[in-house]
This record gives sequence, structure tokens and C-alpha cells, in this order.
Amino acid sequence: MSTAICHDCDNSDNTENKYYRQLIKKTWFAALIAGIIFITTMFGLVPPLNDPAGYLINVLYAILSGVVLVYSGRHFFIGAHRAFLNHVATMDTLIAIGTGVAWIYSVIVLVFLDMIPPLAQHTYLEAATVIIALVDIGALLELRARRNTSQALELLMKLQPKTARVLRDNQEIDLDLKEIKIGDLIRVRPGEQIPVDGIIVEGTSDIDEAMLTGESLPRKKSSGDNVYTGTLNKSGSFVFRVTKIGAETALAQIVNIVQQAQNSKPEIAKLADRIAAFFVPTVLVIAILTALAWYNSSLETRYIYMLITSMSVLVIACPCALGLAVPISVMVGIGKAAQYGILIKHANVIQNICDVTAFVFDKTGTITLGQPRVIEVHSKTGVDKNTVLTLAASVETGSEHAYGAAILAAAQSQHLTITPANELFTIAGLGISGVVANQKISLGNKGFMQAKNIVVDELQNVANNCAQQAQTAIYVARDKELIGIIAIADPIKPNAVQVIKKLHDMNYKTIMITGDQTTTAQSIAKQAGIATVISEVMPATKAEQIAAIQQQGDVVAMVGDGINDAPALAQADVGIAMGSGSDIAIQTADVTLIQSNLNSIIDLIILSQAIMHNMRQNLFGAFVYNVLGIPIAAGVLFPFFGVLLNPMLAGLAMALSSFTVITNANRLRFLSKSKGI
Amino acid sequence: MLINILGIVLILAIIWWFWIAKKPLLVVNTAQSVIKIIVKNGVYEPARIKIPANTSVTLQFLRHDPSGCAEYVIFSNLNISKQLPLNQPVDVVLNISEPGEYVFSCQMNMYRGTLVVA
Repeated sequence: MSTAICHDCDNSDNTENKYYRQLIKKTWFAALIAGIIFITTMFGLVPPLNDPAGYLINVLYAILSGVVLVYSGRHFFIGAHRAFLNHVATMDTLIAIGTGVAWIYSVIVLVFLDMIPPLAQHTYLEAATVIIALVDIGALLELRARRNTSQALELLMKLQPKTARVLRDNQEIDLDLKEIKIGDLIRVRPGEQIPVDGIIVEGTSDIDEAMLTGESLPRKKSSGDNVYTGTLNKSGSFVFRVTKIGAETALAQIVNIVQQAQNSKPEIAKLADRIAAFFVPTVLVIAILTALAWYNSSLETRYIYMLITSMSVLVIACPCALGLAVPISVMVGIGKAAQYGILIKHANVIQNICDVTAFVFDKTGTITLGQPRVIEVHSKTGVDKNTVLTLAASVETGSEHAYGAAILAAAQSQHLTITPANELFTIAGLGISGVVANQKISLGNKGFMQAKNIVVDELQNVANNCAQQAQTAIYVARDKELIGIIAIADPIKPNAVQVIKKLHDMNYKTIMITGDQTTTAQSIAKQAGIATVISEVMPATKAEQIAAIQQQGDVVAMVGDGINDAPALAQADVGIAMGSGSDIAIQTADVTLIQSNLNSIIDLIILSQAIMHNMRQNLFGAFVYNVLGIPIAAGVLFPFFGVLLNPMLAGLAMALSSFTVITNANRLRFLSKSKGI
Repeated sequence: MLINILGIVLILAIIWWFWIAKKPLLVVNTAQSVIKIIVKNGVYEPARIKIPANTSVTLQFLRHDPSGCAEYVIFSNLNISKQLPLNQPVDVVLNISEPGEYVFSCQMNMYRGTLVVA
């Protein structure tokens, strides 16, 4: 299912350009002939058919328009024929029948002129040629507009250079990307784009990841840091070891996600799809019914009206506009979101985001920076603070928990001697214990201590003070005796307050969910301005909490980043993962914010609302166009106002309908991102 | 009168041909793992394919049709979409367990095909 970035597309592009140029030639030819026939006929420059000169000119026009149908309109007739054999009727069917019937009728009039009633002695050669010319022009406009719709994805695809400078046998050689293997060493010079994913092994540089993440400031990277395909090396020269190639690179995966999402359809498109499936045969039936209705009228000119109205019905009906209405908005909108570092995995998400009433935030790494550090070590009387820190760090050696890393870093910064513990035992969300120099060391929250029957009363005031200052108190016990508390703080993100305020201004509820103790959680939520806190939640029950919020009638978007957030992200109506989060969180989520910036949530809301609005405009326009256009073409206005739609105008309307839908969707490309808040 | 009868016959013929008549079905046996589907002149050929359930089958699309409409093939029910560059084969690997009919189409639903999984 993975998609490598296309490097063999040149051939395809050339063929498409060739088709485009051919279509231009066909359109010019049709427009030229149509122009001549239309102008001379409309301005009375052609004598009547019963005049020999007029007859001859019409014969010449029949030949010329026949050439237009064969040269400029051949694809409609071939398409209609192939579709017919497959029991399918398409847009080509409508155009081929509409113009074909007009031309054949005109030829019959010319061949059997004497047998045709005088009122029916009229040719429709200008209609046949003008319609072909207009529909070809419509196809050209559509093709041009379509090129822009996939621009965002093409920009992403073009980020990857085609060659890389590989270090082999003490030589630097330029190799095609297909020849790059995992483990190769690659040199990147200033101003070059990084060809594949890897880890820097030599050198330092500033790397601009804007095209991938939307983040405008270059990042300083050196040995041990990851570099990603398509990002731009701004300053120094460095060497990196290849870790991912082809479809496995971050860029290829982003392109794959965007491509899949761009072609997914939201629920709102289902009705249009169902109609599109029956549309063309229904229009054929309506055209025949229209002809019959006129035939059964008492008008003298009914034969002419039969032809004009049924031809107009066939030509004005536009299944393409209906079928395109939603997919084209989705394509442009999801591409635009990707440019802003927002990966939306399915078009349904856009619809769901617009229904969300409550945003639930995980605390660590989402509201806070996710970089906790030790603020202070408190110890029981008679116990050295460094002993508390040393024992705690010994138990946390090798821990992947952010708090463990903070304790270890604090101990290392004070050059304490750490002895890795044995018999480690962890209870997720509560604490960890281990044996250090024959002493059983436990550290964790109050619940963990109570579960081990360790009395915490002596340092309870210290813990309370920590909580009030938005610090997390980590209790440290030796055997069954509490010996100290380590106060850890994880500052909130600089823009958290503004983002939460903005969400409140937009009438969303905000909720923070955390395993932290209540007082600490409330203190952090207060700093960020979050209204509701659900604290002391075990990781396994986060999803249950989301379900409980949903049962109260809220449509929930959950924002998180950790492995333990994955079930909650899946339970929520919309799961939003921060890009710095775990792979499993990103895989589970409906949306990934590559920048890990809370501002992207506001961008996501604004974009989703704009895409939804655009889809509705397109759907409404396409429905109204067909619902009004077909009856008008059939002649419903005739009994009231005595007017009939000229088939050429019907052709013009049809040619412009798809173009209008695509152009409207393309407006999303110019949507401006919320400039901070 | 004759015109009216002709019109009604034509309407019945349209209903029969496009909605009722049996469409040509390509039956794929389990040994055939790659099915080539040509996208040309506004249609998929073959457009109706019978494949066995619980068997890995590769649909290889080859687009010769330069029209923009044919640029993507979408399997809505399976949440799969593929871009079809001109004149380049594109594989869609499927292993469907649930018997039934699965429609594949272009973005606008004009090019349509059906997988009959049995």
C-alpha cells in the first residue's frame, strides 16, 4: 500500500502535455469552423435553403462540421461507443448523441429537402460545431484547473532530489537514488536538499524543515540528530548514515497519507455518488420524454422544438460537476492542510472536525513541553538530599519515562554515583521499584506509596506545596520508609494559553486528562486556562473517560502524543496526534500535527470549516445547476414566457459548470493560515 | 402515434441496456493473480470482474486515456485510491474476505467498474 515518490513521471507528463497540445489544436479548429458557421448563419449572411446558393453553402457547412465532429469531437464518439458496449452511459454519451443527432438531422434535411415540411427546413450545423468547440474549451479549462488542484502534493513530491553524493571507497560519487542502500554514508553540502532519511554522523548544520513541517525557523542539527528527505541544508556540510529509503522515508509516507486522503470521500459525497451512477441514462430518458412532450403538443413547429429541446437537455446535463463537487474540494483542501504540516488521513475527518464540541488534551507533551525537569529535592530529617536523588536515579536508569529521564539528568548534573537497580518492577501510571544495594527503593505517586503501605504523612505538606505550584511530587521510599520527595515541573507550552483562549472564543469546551494528581493537574490547567480537568486517570482508562464525555452528548476531539494515548485517540470522534509523538499514536490518529504546535489545532479547525463550506457550495451549485438547467432546457419556460434555451447556450453552460466547480475548489489554495493567534 | 411508440420503446431499451441487462463478466480463477485493466476511451476494460474471496489478487491498471477524469481510480468501499500516470502500470493488491460487489470508479463516477467477490 505504500507509495514511493514518483521518479518515472516524466514520460507520463510528456504524454499528458502532448494530449494537452492536441486538445488545443482540436479546440482551435472546432472554434474556427464553429465561428464561421455561427457568425454567417446568425447574421443572415447565408441565403435560405431553398435558394441554390444557400443550399450549397449549407452542404459545405455540413462537410466542415462533419470534419469538426470527426477531428475535434472524435473522443466523445469513441468514448460513448466503448461505454455503450460496457452497458455504461457517460458524459461522452450525452455530447455524442446531442451533437450527432443535430448533424444527422441537418444532413437529412439537406438530402431530402423536398420531402421535409417547410417549417422544419432548418439545419443545426452551427449548434453541433459550437457545442463541440465549447465542450473542448471546457475540457481545456478543466485540465488547466486540475493541474493546480494537485499542486500541493506535487510540491511535496518534488522535494526529493534525484541523486545523492555517496561516500564509497574513500570517494564521493553521485548516485541515482535507486542505488542508495540503508547504511550508506551521504554528504550534503550547503544549499542542497536531503535525499533520504538518516542520522548525522559528522558535521553540523541548520536545516530548514519548512516544506515538510510548515515550521519556518531552521533547526540546528549535529551528530546523532535525524535528518529527513526533502528538507533543506541551509549552512554547513555534513555526512549522514542512511536509515530509510524509498517508501519508508517520512516524506514518502506523508505523500502516501495525503494521496490516500485526497481521494477519500466524506459522507456528504455519498448522495452525489448515488445520483451520478444513475444520472446519464436518466437524462437520456428525460430527453426522449421531452421530445415526446413536444411532439404531442399542437404547435406547428413541434418537430423543430423536439430537436432543439432534447438536444439542449442532453447537452446541458452535467454529471461531471456533480461528481467532482466534493472530491475536488477534498483534494485541494487536504493538500493545503499538508502544506501547513497538518496530515488529515480521511476526508470524513474534515466533516467530523466541524461537528466537534469539546477538545480533550493529554497533559504531558501536549499542553506541557514534555520536557520535565527536577525543580527541587526534599528529604526527611536526617536523610541527605543527594542520597534521595542517587537512589531514585539508580532505579530510573534505563527508564523511558519522561520523569525518570529528568531524575537521571538531575543526578548526572550533580555528578552523583549511580548504581543501576535490580529487580525492577513498574506499574504504569503509578510508579517503579527496584533493589539498590540490598535496599528496596520505591518511587512514584501517593497511590503507589499507599499500595505499598508506606506512610507519607510526614512530607504531606511538602507534596501539597508542590502541587499548588504545578509541580509533580515523586515520593521516594527506602524499604517501607518514606525518605524524600522529588519535585518535578514540566512547563506549559508558550502558546498554550492563547490557543485555549481561542478555542473558548470559538465556543469549544476544553478538558485536560492526565494521570497526575488532582492538585498538580488543576494547577497546570489553571495556568493554561483549561476549564475542566480529569486527573489521576490510569492510562488504560483514558478511552473510557473519552467515552463518558461522548455519552454526555459531546463530540470529542482528543489531542495526545503518547503510546498510552492511542486507545483514547481511537475512541474520540477525531484523534489528533502531535508529530513528535509515538508512532502508534500517529498511526491511530485521524490527524497528525507535524509541527507539534498547538496553533495547528486552530489551523485545522479553520481549514476544515473552509473545506466543508467549499464542498457545500460546490454540491449546492452542481445540484441547482442540473435541477434547474434540465427542465429549462426541456422547455418548461415556453408556456409562460415563450422562450426556449438555445442548445449552444446549453453547451456553454455545461462547459462552464465543471470549470466553475474546480475554480471554486481552487480558491482553497489561497486560504491564509491563522497567523499565530 | 408511431413516434410515441418509438419513444417508449427507446426508453424501455435504455432502461434495459443500462440497468437491467447482464454486463460482461470476466471470471478470474484462483491461479490468475494479476488482472490487467486497461483504462481507455472513457471505460475500464474489463469493467466487471469476478474474483474469489480470501485470495490475493492484483489488479494492474494501465491508463492510456489522457483525460483528466481517468487520473485516479478509487475503491470507495475499500478506502483505496491510486493515481494512474499515463502509460504506466499501477498495481492494486487486494485480498477481500467479504463476498459482495465492490465498485471502483474515477473521481467523478463516470468511469465505473465492479469487482464481484464470491
